[in-house]
Amino acid sequence: MTINGNRVTFKITPFRLILMAFSLVFVGIVAYRLVTGLQMTNLTDAWPWGLWIFIDVKLGVALAAGGFTTAGIYYVLGVKKVKSVVKPAILTAWLGYCLVGFGLLMDLGRWYGWWHPIFSWGEHSVMFELYMCVLLYTIVLTCEFAPTLFKGIGLVKLSSFFKSLTAPLVIGGIALSTMHQSSLGSMYVLTLGKLNELWWTMLLPILYYSSAVAVGPAMVTCETALAGRFFGHDWDEPAMTFLAKWSGYVMSFYAVLRFSDLVIRGQIGSLFAMNTESLMCLLELTIGCVLPLYFFWSYKLRGMVMSQKMIVRNAVLMVVGVALNRGNVVFTGMAKAAGESYFPSAGELFLSIGLVSVGILVYLFIVENFDVFPSHDHYAATDKQEAQPEGASCVRA
Amino acid sequence: MSKGVLVDMTKCFGCGACTVACKLWNEKKYDEVNKPTLGDAAQLVDINWTVVSKHDVTDGSGHEAWRFAKKQCLHCVDPACASSCLVGALRKTEQGPVIYHPDLCVGCRYCMVACPFNIPKYEWDKSFPKVSKCQMCYTRVAAGEQPACIAVCPNQVMTFGDRDELVKEAHKRIEGNKQLYVNHVFGETEVGGTAWLYLSDQPFDKLGFKTAVPQESLPAFTWQILSKLPAILVGWTAILSGLYFFNKRRNAIAEGKQDSTGGPQS
Repeated sequence: MTINGNRVTFKITPFRLILMAFSLVFVGIVAYRLVTGLQMTNLTDAWPWGLWIFIDVKLGVALAAGGFTTAGIYYVLGVKKVKSVVKPAILTAWLGYCLVGFGLLMDLGRWYGWWHPIFSWGEHSVMFELYMCVLLYTIVLTCEFAPTLFKGIGLVKLSSFFKSLTAPLVIGGIALSTMHQSSLGSMYVLTLGKLNELWWTMLLPILYYSSAVAVGPAMVTCETALAGRFFGHDWDEPAMTFLAKWSGYVMSFYAVLRFSDLVIRGQIGSLFAMNTESLMCLLELTIGCVLPLYFFWSYKLRGMVMSQKMIVRNAVLMVVGVALNRGNVVFTGMAKAAGESYFPSAGELFLSIGLVSVGILVYLFIVENFDVFPSHDHYAATDKQEAQPEGASCVRA
Repeated sequence: MSKGVLVDMTKCFGCGACTVACKLWNEKKYDEVNKPTLGDAAQLVDINWTVVSKHDVTDGSGHEAWRFAKKQCLHCVDPACASSCLVGALRKTEQGPVIYHPDLCVGCRYCMVACPFNIPKYEWDKSFPKVSKCQMCYTRVAAGEQPACIAVCPNQVMTFGDRDELVKEAHKRIEGNKQLYVNHVFGETEVGGTAWLYLSDQPFDKLGFKTAVPQESLPAFTWQILSKLPAILVGWTAILSGLYFFNKRRNAIAEGKQDSTGGPQS
């Protein structure tokens, strides 16, 4: 079988062997979970949501925000210099949402009824809106990435059909993302009286959305830096500098909103109460907001350009900060209302690790065989193939 | 008219007949060793839709005393669980009970996170678990009868009737015996009101009630956000489309119309 006129390849490295081992364990755990239910988890009546909701849903969706943000920056705002990151970002977002969907399915007690919301609408439920948007956006992402896939397997007409849909797909994708990224925050509006006041606010939807818009490009920066190291790509200086600025400005907006909200609601006292909640909140704010914004603005105000190392460090800080924020809402902020402690079981841990491993393996396979990165090994070969008449590649495929 | 129940906890002597009636009517299993329905360790779980918990308190004359509190779903007037359910598996009926439709439920457990009183429980040991909570014997209520637990109570602790009437009745009882009762009807305003109302001679938090709950309806908060979404969706899509065409044209002019469609796909 050939893709883009080249033999299908998949290098076997020690890292990939480890991922494969995790993936095998994952398949076993999934089978066990589907048969026996949620007994394998450490979830209880006090902790109905745990690791899977945190990693596979809350964090997965936030970190996959790179897809709609970079697509928006490139297509809607017309910033052409980010071109090199758009396709990889859409790929990771697409895989990310597939993983989110699968993770959520594993978490559903009555998973065989996953399609019920399509016919039985709970229109007063944030969860319903979230479900619909994630479902539709996963389809949108599939269509957005379809041109690359179809082109790879030689279906050029299908590829250009999906390519012609790009504009409406991108705009629809941003609209859907705006809805569900904010919904992840709106969901917790209903927990007034349970969620600690350091996190409960009517601004939750705006905070979740703005932090996702900031962390999306930061995650793309991390992925690009990693992929660059593995595949030996050049660092796209203009694109990366633009994304760093974007994240810096949007995170500044988030930070101003977050701190003013804490001040207006009179929570500064509890922020420095030095109990578990306050320490976790301070950690979250320091890593996610104060440090990256200090670096960003000190460079900005002195008129200096951030180096590659600086950009990646800032991006990592923001990603960790958003992870801490989502974790604090799901765990730290709800701990007092739960009244008992929760730690995920080995089964929960390995299912999440395995799910991410499968995602990385699929990502590596696609990146190795399809035209995702502009400076790809197959680039020269693809160019040659494109010079041939269209039919030729179909015959060879 | 929406039905409710007034529970006068000063009358309860903790016999637990209501918990037995509940198990019989709803065909729930017994596990008094691990999941007791009566006493200090009594707690609501998947098989216990109602329990009577025992509390050590100091009575009005300064003596140590026992008090008993019957616990079950409070059947909120505007229930957070029902508003949270993405398939409408939990619904507030016109007669008052908040009931569960397992055939619709997908098991996301948002209702458990949403409930301000942590009432919905889960059948964690089942392959395809259901959410589990008091249904206020809705088939009996629909037929004009009172719930099973009330029917068997030997000391008329509970009064079944129209909620609005019961609120008046509760205040009348407090007025009639100010020495005995705490001047508060639990459930009158908690989370915007609940169908089950409680009277007590002890502060409610001493009887295991969650008193630090908001005094307004919770779904109203979410609805403030959700109701704005359609307008935001339409407006935002229009703005994005405008930006798209504006920037496309601007780029085309800037590049001398050489790369008007250029994307990463090309």
